[in-house]
Amino acid sequence: MTGPVLTARGLGKRYGRRVALTGIDLDVPAGRITGLVGPNGAGKSTLLGLASGILAPTEGAITVLGARPGPAQLPRVGFVAQDTPLYAGLTVADHLRLGARLNPRFDTALATARITALGLDPRQRAGRLSGGQRAQLALAVAAAKRPELLLFDEPVAALDPLARRTFLSSLMEFVADLGVSVILSSHLIADLERVCDHLIVLANARVQVAGEVDDLLEQHVRIVGDRGDFGALPADAEVIQAEHGTRQSSMVVRAPGGVPGAERLGLEDLVLAYLGRATDRPLEVAR
Amino acid sequence: MIEFHLSARSGVSPYLQLVQQVRQALRLGRLDVGDQLPTVKDVVARLAINPNTVLKAYRELEREGLVAPRPGVGTFVTGLPAGETLTAHEPLRRELRDWIERSRAAGLDADALEALFAATIREVFPAASTSEARR
Repeated sequence: MTGPVLTARGLGKRYGRRVALTGIDLDVPAGRITGLVGPNGAGKSTLLGLASGILAPTEGAITVLGARPGPAQLPRVGFVAQDTPLYAGLTVADHLRLGARLNPRFDTALATARITALGLDPRQRAGRLSGGQRAQLALAVAAAKRPELLLFDEPVAALDPLARRTFLSSLMEFVADLGVSVILSSHLIADLERVCDHLIVLANARVQVAGEVDDLLEQHVRIVGDRGDFGALPADAEVIQAEHGTRQSSMVVRAPGGVPGAERLGLEDLVLAYLGRATDRPLEVAR
Repeated sequence: MIEFHLSARSGVSPYLQLVQQVRQALRLGRLDVGDQLPTVKDVVARLAINPNTVLKAYRELEREGLVAPRPGVGTFVTGLPAGETLTAHEPLRRELRDWIERSRAAGLDADALEALFAATIREVFPAASTSEARR
């Protein structure tokens, strides 16, 4: 699979008069772990819902693995919705049996090996598992489908730091083994910083910036200077955010050619600059 | 075998941190020709990082002629960084130690020393540190 795993053109979704997403253009390459980052209510769950085929767009088009999301795509896409929905009354082993029954390509050996490695008791009911164990079980079931694309909505938001690390480490092992593409959302970039090589920043129903993490890090710098005086910026530079203190000013700039002497920016600061800009420029409500 | 670690606050990209840790281990003699690097899956599971990051680091080390993959077995050290290993520079290490002792006697603590050392390196190699970080 070499084409993009997800493309969107003018994609939008409204719930009644509320605009959840609008004007979304995206190309997510295959083989990446893509972080979908943005504040609560930015439209992350809606975008994942559209990608999984659970929701239908109200404008524009979305393509997943080269086709419109829908029943035909289901075996190729693994989707774990927010709060890792499981059947509380069913045991760990029941979940694997259910997965095998519902998915033609289900790899029971893979899921069982994972469950054993984690020390989960197959007879335990899902309702009695810890948050971290539930997330791990959901991951094992989703990965055992052997999908080409895994979608996770806020997989680590409810987990403590150790469970987060364990979950992400399991996910990375699956990626190393299966070569699966992944899109996972979070409202905290720090959760995803280590694992993502592609990033989509969503705020106010729109994509604020998207691209390969290495490219984004290379193209963005912070320039600090005397208040209001930054000297000449390169012609291709775009100011993302400027902050003026009493004596110094600081700007986050996107400059594909780089800015000599400027300070590098961490991924978290980069995301915050775009989110800050989005807050200053709220969505104009189309009617 | 080398144990990788990642610092979130260093501002150096994860892949470059892995590359630097291997180079440093080679210079300090903690890794030698013939030694095996951890498998991609081991690094990924231990650090919870993207497999592509590890692959990119190993490819970079391969490009530099420091390691080579043996299909189905793993990645092995095949060479040492140019400019020999640091163990070959025992006299320099002794001088540096003397200098550090003198600095401490002059009232500088470890933080001040590291800052002074880093600033002086940037003075002597103005391009090196930034061009490497950019790559």
